[in-house]
Amino acid sequence: MTDTASQSASPATTPTAPPSRLREFWSSFKENRGAVVGLFVFLAFLLVAALAPILAPYAPDAQYRDALLVPPFWQDGGSTRFLLGTDALGRDLLSRLIYGARFSFFIGVLVVTIATTCGVLLGVIAGFAPRIIDTLIMRLMDIVLSFPSLLLALVLVAILGPSLLNAMIAIAVVLQPHFVRLTRAAVLSERSKDYVTAARIAGGRPLRIMFKTVLPNCLAPIIVQAALSFSTAVLDTAALGFLGMGAQPPTPEWGTMLAEAREFILRAWWVVTFPGLCILITVLAINLMGDGLRDALDPKLKRS
Amino acid sequence: MLSFFIRRLGTFVPTFIGVTVVAFAFIRLLPGDPILLLAGERGVSAERYEMLQEQLGFNQPIWKQYIDYVAGIFQGDLGTSFVTKRPVLDEFMALFPATVELSLCAIILATIIGIPAGVIAAVNRGKFFDQALMSTALVGYSMPIFWWALLLIIVFSGNLGWTPVSGRIGLMYFFDTPTGFMLIDSLLSGQPGAFRSAAAHLILPTVALATIPLAVIARQTRSAMLEVLGEDYVRTARAKGMSPLRVNGIHALRNAMIPVITVIGLSVGTLLAGAILTETIFSWPGIGKWMVDSIFRRDYQVVQGGLLLIALVVMIVNLIVDLLYGLFNPKIRKG
Amino acid sequence: MSLLEIRNLSVDFATSSGQFRAVDGVDVTVDEGDLLAIVGESGSGKSVSMLALMGLLPWTATVTADKMEFDGHDLRRLSGRARRRIIGRDISMIFQEPMSSLNPAFTVGWQIKESLRKHTSLSRSQRQDRAVELMRQVGIPAPEKRLSAYPHQLSGGMSQRAMIAIALACRPKLLIADEPTTALDVTIQAQILELLTGLQEDTGMAMVLITHDMGVVAETVERVQVQYAGQRVELQEVQGLFDDPHHPYTAALLAALPERATERKLPTIPGVVPGQFDRPAGCLFSPRCQFADARCKAERPVPAGPAMGHALCHYPLSHGHPTGKETAA
Repeated sequence: MTDTASQSASPATTPTAPPSRLREFWSSFKENRGAVVGLFVFLAFLLVAALAPILAPYAPDAQYRDALLVPPFWQDGGSTRFLLGTDALGRDLLSRLIYGARFSFFIGVLVVTIATTCGVLLGVIAGFAPRIIDTLIMRLMDIVLSFPSLLLALVLVAILGPSLLNAMIAIAVVLQPHFVRLTRAAVLSERSKDYVTAARIAGGRPLRIMFKTVLPNCLAPIIVQAALSFSTAVLDTAALGFLGMGAQPPTPEWGTMLAEAREFILRAWWVVTFPGLCILITVLAINLMGDGLRDALDPKLKRS
Repeated sequence: MLSFFIRRLGTFVPTFIGVTVVAFAFIRLLPGDPILLLAGERGVSAERYEMLQEQLGFNQPIWKQYIDYVAGIFQGDLGTSFVTKRPVLDEFMALFPATVELSLCAIILATIIGIPAGVIAAVNRGKFFDQALMSTALVGYSMPIFWWALLLIIVFSGNLGWTPVSGRIGLMYFFDTPTGFMLIDSLLSGQPGAFRSAAAHLILPTVALATIPLAVIARQTRSAMLEVLGEDYVRTARAKGMSPLRVNGIHALRNAMIPVITVIGLSVGTLLAGAILTETIFSWPGIGKWMVDSIFRRDYQVVQGGLLLIALVVMIVNLIVDLLYGLFNPKIRKG
Repeated sequence: MSLLEIRNLSVDFATSSGQFRAVDGVDVTVDEGDLLAIVGESGSGKSVSMLALMGLLPWTATVTADKMEFDGHDLRRLSGRARRRIIGRDISMIFQEPMSSLNPAFTVGWQIKESLRKHTSLSRSQRQDRAVELMRQVGIPAPEKRLSAYPHQLSGGMSQRAMIAIALACRPKLLIADEPTTALDVTIQAQILELLTGLQEDTGMAMVLITHDMGVVAETVERVQVQYAGQRVELQEVQGLFDDPHHPYTAALLAALPERATERKLPTIPGVVPGQFDRPAGCLFSPRCQFADARCKAERPVPAGPAMGHALCHYPLSHGHPTGKETAA
């Protein structure tokens, strides 16, 4: 349809402003039902994390010696005193799970922040730097990527000493090459475009061109990767906790709780089932959101 | 093809050097005196300290130590376990088949279910089957497999009693393991029921380990197929009167396989990472469990050697995948 | 009896903004050995009607017709399996983009022999011989060697020749060529057209040539069917069409040919083909027609008789002048 045709078709309508970017993003995000469900679950998870002291019926480390391994209330022997039952030390499972949300959220935010910041910085540098530095950075990333991620994280924790913070640093190190590769690829494809040449001719300083001109146009895939890394961070930190190399007992971190519960798997299913279910639901919600983000932000990757 | 091979090898060598540096640096980065660390918690006498320092070369300048280390690697010397007193390479070789057996079964399971599932979802795009399949795939993709493995044990070993909880084979069977692959060795042993036992032990670990690659392969196959199904040559195949099975399964899938092969290859790294968890949970005597145990036992010589060997395996597999990729993509082969 | 007879074919697409009618009541008749061109602008539904015949439309399309017969088979009632026995053997089709129409993962020879394996009972060595023969027939040099070439190693013209070889593999009764030269270089275009008409003559098959290029039509075909916005607006022998077009759209198309231009400035047809949302109530061409009056804008025309080229017009032209207007007024 040509311009003349469209103008004659709608003669008297006043020109409306094009929808803002945020609005446009939202309208295409909400098309994806799964993504919206994921968003709401994630918001609920956030709320639980924020209001943990109010929501939790007991303190996460309070032990009730008279109630060891009490089953959930709907099973024989369970009571509404402990809705989801207690663990081997008589601690209320529900309260521990609620507090656990705080750790998972904290882990996700911190790991993604570290990995994204370092990764994007290195990626932009690799994209703009002379070839030798570019090659050096990319080879370094290849080296990191040739180790299975969890193994490298384990070894890093062995060096740093097992703790939640060190586990998070290790996971961030392992995740960050993906950001470097992604950012570099995006920078390289943007760098040759005319608007960058224009900015350069206009005398923009290199740093300004790198971070103010080019980087904003590379953000879409980075945001998607950050969202998906959030779930990987939660999952891998829990795995490290499960192996005893992450958060240490009695921290109510979901992976650590699972590790403590392992010996009771055939006697008390609830101590194993619920922490894992929490991890699964959180990770699933974030991945659903991530898929929606990708469809909405990156038209190239859109469901074709 | 040859130039492609050489180019690919050009990135392999520097990465391998980098990996040796990482493995070399590992022991020296550990907080504390490396010799005391290596000796373990019991500590060592002064003369044994001297001897170890001499033996391990820690009194040499650092560059000399590195060169000796690399020279050792090429002679197959990756150090000796301080716990078992056996060479690291020997231990690795003894345990590696168990991991290969498990990983191979997992990747085969993931591929033979994941690719058809992805194809069927793509062909029925937007319909119920597609949505159900892709929702399941996303759940699988988000699954904490250490928990999933425990659930499988609760249900199939605990409640139903169908499968054993751990190990590779029942305790009543005892035979030589010439290949190291329990499925083959149990058949060779000729003992009745041995193969059944080996297979039963393998099922749950395989399912647990295959879950994430399965989900990834199904998702990747679907998106690659969707892209390919819109291509002109698919229409040509239909215009030739080919059946839907042939159009989707040969004309489209052959082209969609190119990105899928890459994903299958890349899941080898994921698989080995997953093997660490799966082997630990099922007491599967492979290199994943070996590494975790060694870290806990502070058997750092083993950790160092294992780190290097595992990275080498991943790199070689990636190399093979890239060459296969060339085989599947005639544009690269001839280019 | 005609080889192909289609009556009142309509194709609707389900889009996110409702139904869209791409083909609207089109008739197509092709006799054995016939050479028919279907001409029209982009979006006139010429490809879609032939894809509907082949059963190649996506599932979003709904095809309806009063009659759709090929060689005695009612294509509307045929099962998918039975239709696939005809498609690729008795009717075959070549497409606009030869480079992307060949499967990049298989050799040219494999793709030719695949058709032979499906539709004939030739042995392996016979298939090889037939493939070489076909390659020679479509003018590909060194056929034995080229059979093992991959599509990306062929040029556009060579790819189209290979496509033609695949289409001819089972000696079809009807070949549909969907803009076979549009994507090619001008010099190659003439070669491919010459090849197609030569093959048509040699084999005696019928051919439908879909094109938007009146120049191509003049040189190649016997009969011309002009389509506009999914409707057939005129059907004539090629000579008659060029001498005396009966529909104003045909007349305008011909006037736009550089070879026939009488003035310094080339005449154009103002406006575009109506889309999904701006279909006129009356004659679909009325917004762009220089002869249109109130009746054209309000009433749908019916086709005129064969003497007037079946022109879908209230006032079919005769030697450039609208007829019947006086009596209507």
